[in-house]
Amino acid sequence: MAADQLSAVFAALADPTRRAILTRLAEGDANVAELAAPFRVSQPAISRHLKVLERAGLISRRRRATARLSHLEAEPLREATTWLARYRAYWDESYDRLDALLAELQDKQSQQDEQDEQDKRDEQDESDEQAG
Amino acid sequence: MATTAKTEIIAEPGVPQIVITREFAAPRDLVYRAYTDPDLLVRWLGPRRLTMTIERHEVRDGGTWRYIHRDTDGTEAGFHGVFHGTPSPDNLVRTFEYEGAPGHVSLETATFEDHDGKTLVRTNAVFQSVEDRDAMIQSGMESGVNEGMERLDELLARLVAAR
Repeated sequence: MAADQLSAVFAALADPTRRAILTRLAEGDANVAELAAPFRVSQPAISRHLKVLERAGLISRRRRATARLSHLEAEPLREATTWLARYRAYWDESYDRLDALLAELQDKQSQQDEQDEQDKRDEQDESDEQAG
Repeated sequence: MATTAKTEIIAEPGVPQIVITREFAAPRDLVYRAYTDPDLLVRWLGPRRLTMTIERHEVRDGGTWRYIHRDTDGTEAGFHGVFHGTPSPDNLVRTFEYEGAPGHVSLETATFEDHDGKTLVRTNAVFQSVEDRDAMIQSGMESGVNEGMERLDELLARLVAAR
């Protein structure tokens, strides 16, 4: 699982309403109205929570007639609790930072190369002028 | 970036070894520099949450290295070791010791392979025992126990069991 998805999973689980939604879905699929029922929270608010859970890969959603059903996806949860999860997170985050550093260094190098090319052209122009 | 690069981690049960591979969109010499120049290394090694200090990083035969991760609550974790052989992108070998577990030393070999202008870095860490390898994985390279993480683990265990 990429560092981003692992972070998305933990962020999704950091909210008590979302954890309660997942606990309910562990008993079986449910639509938005059913999920909203136990809370003093509006259905649109529940829908927002469901979007976060879906983006983290913790639920999948499908249509059955007029209802939109949410389904618990266990795999990201299993991955988040595996033995390797924290070790993997350390390296995923380090390597993501390295990606950014390498991109920055290569950009700087390109800019430097362009500047060197421009300086060379300017020098050439100058010596052309002096010769002419 | 069109696709997210994937870190591959191989840690077979009962084998005192961890192999990590990852491809980077940069030339080999630049990636090697990022691994060996302490001014660059400090800018990426470890999660952002931990403050990294590199005390020394002498990339030569017999050269020593030491760095410290400091957590947000101030707890520190020190790591040190020695480089062996002639360090190069073909072969970067060092010992690795976590100061919280003195005497449990691992041997790490990193290689940097050119693949069409990209670089595949392969790190092989060999441990003195399977227990040492397992301890490394379980530590998650993070100092201190996160209470929130423990509660999360409990919840997740319940949810996974329910499926």
